[in-house]
Amino acid sequence: MSATVQADPATPAGSASGLTTRRPLGDRAFQVIALVSGLLVLVILVLIAVIMSQQSTSWFTTEGWSGIFSTDWDPAHNKFGAMSFVYGTVIASAIAVIIAFPVSVSVALLLTEVVPRRWSQPIVYVVDLLAVVPSVVWGLWGFLVFIPWVQPIYAHVASAVNGIWILGNLFGFLNGNFVSGASFFTAGLILAVMITPIVTSLSREVIATVPTTDKEGAYALGATRWEMIRGAVWPHSQSGVVGATLLGLGRAMGETIAVALVMGSSPTISSHLFTPGYAMAGVIANQFGEATVGVFRAALIGMGVLLFLLTIIVNLTARAVVERNVRRIRGTA
Amino acid sequence: MAVASDQQPVDLRDPAGWRRAKNRLATGGMWFAFLCLLVPLGFVLVTVIAKGAGIISWQFLTSSTIPPSVLPASFDGMGAAVVGTLEITGVAAVIAIPLGILGAVYLNEYGGNRPLARLLSFLSDVMTGVPSIVMGLFIFTIYVLHFGYSGFAGSLSLACLMLPIVIRSSYEMLRLVPDDLRQGSYALGATKARVTVTVVLPTAIGGIVSGALLAVARAAGETAPLLFTILTVEATNPNLFSGADTALSTQIFVNATQPYTGAVARAWGSALTLIAIAFILMIVARLVTARFNRYSR
Repeated sequence: MSATVQADPATPAGSASGLTTRRPLGDRAFQVIALVSGLLVLVILVLIAVIMSQQSTSWFTTEGWSGIFSTDWDPAHNKFGAMSFVYGTVIASAIAVIIAFPVSVSVALLLTEVVPRRWSQPIVYVVDLLAVVPSVVWGLWGFLVFIPWVQPIYAHVASAVNGIWILGNLFGFLNGNFVSGASFFTAGLILAVMITPIVTSLSREVIATVPTTDKEGAYALGATRWEMIRGAVWPHSQSGVVGATLLGLGRAMGETIAVALVMGSSPTISSHLFTPGYAMAGVIANQFGEATVGVFRAALIGMGVLLFLLTIIVNLTARAVVERNVRRIRGTA
Repeated sequence: MAVASDQQPVDLRDPAGWRRAKNRLATGGMWFAFLCLLVPLGFVLVTVIAKGAGIISWQFLTSSTIPPSVLPASFDGMGAAVVGTLEITGVAAVIAIPLGILGAVYLNEYGGNRPLARLLSFLSDVMTGVPSIVMGLFIFTIYVLHFGYSGFAGSLSLACLMLPIVIRSSYEMLRLVPDDLRQGSYALGATKARVTVTVVLPTAIGGIVSGALLAVARAAGETAPLLFTILTVEATNPNLFSGADTALSTQIFVNATQPYTGAVARAWGSALTLIAIAFILMIVARLVTARFNRYSR
């Protein structure tokens, strides 16, 4: 090779190098197009926050903070308090997470530590199938099949625990003999099934990063598999798994249609989980069509803004937890 | 010195009974958790197939008007909704997939470790967590209020949902492309755009396509964003850009709570159709992954 082009090795590839001082137009245009596509994410998020807040200002101005966070929701009398919906969203997704956490982590451990590799792939497919079933199908099934099926079970549980301290308050009858199939608990159960795939797959990624040496070390000390999981896998992946679950919580809070169908559509605040409730996403979905009047529509859009903020906060917390975990692992490894 | 003759040798491979029992219990618990997932999945799939298969027919899938709820299941069908779902999701894919891939190209090929790229990468993560109903409300406020309900508005809201998913999955795939390939093409004098389009993207295309298909599968089943953007009508709307439209998912939502058996039967039929569409997309995604994995190894 006689004519060697001298390129500065420190210059990142693709920037103006020895051959030409100016990059061709097409090359620069491509970079600009890519940059604009990337910026789209920022633009959309900013627009969501700005435009939706604008559209909901009349809710904030007519109701004020106390009005917004009251429990009084009565569109016919221009009362738009969101508190019972916030409560419904929080309780249903809390139930979902309490159920989904142990199930997801167990399945993730099963996939990474117990079954042989060639068996784990079919299990992953099955878990992913859960994620492919659309929300509205879970809602349809929950509304028409699961609710009628589960109602007598709720009644049995309620009569068993009625009057017992705490348990009676959570799972007992309301007002003597009332339980409903469409309830906080049903919504929580269905949400749990819906968020399990994402929590499982994220937990699996975290657990897969546990160093093999740690695990083999535990086995070498004579640990059983369970002792190895508790001693080597768990300390390593604890916070990552918690972060995964928080992401699941964010999903559960934003989940709309299934919850709209199975939660009973009754804005109540009650400790009794077998009674109907109403979630933020559910009320938006169900009542937006009727909401042609200014403040009503503004209230529903405002509820969307609240939901947006809530899920963003949950997501940011989740990322922070995972980040910290990653940094800790990199630090010790 | 007399060695106690009754002393048993300690077998390290055989843990004490209670430890072994605990281990078995834990393993059993893990399988039980998996069973807890299988039961609802099986329950849902069996119900949807049992209740939906009976009503599915050529007429159900193609009829251009959806009958009023009171009519029994034998009348017409959901063809209009099938068309709507395919159109709306298809256009959403056409919008979101190229933009998502280009966004990922920026993040991985141009952005590198710059603050802007890190911010955008972080925001696309955040955006995957934005609830679908918020995307629907967003398109309602920014588009529907000015241009009215249309299938295209629905496409826009679905595209907003798909965009961050496509960015994330494409970004992960681009990161796996070995740097040697890029450096090799730079050495031949190619520009950065050319390297990206002719070397980097083709190398990662399998993973990118399968990620995009999974995003489409998710979007096809979405209901909440469509409620406020397409409204729901009972006939095929030939014009995607104006006038209310209809889709399988919104039809299920509307029909699920109807007291008439015909409407409920149509809801089950639509559910089966919708699941079938999503499954086909997922299977194609898997096939694409399998095929391209073979080439890249």
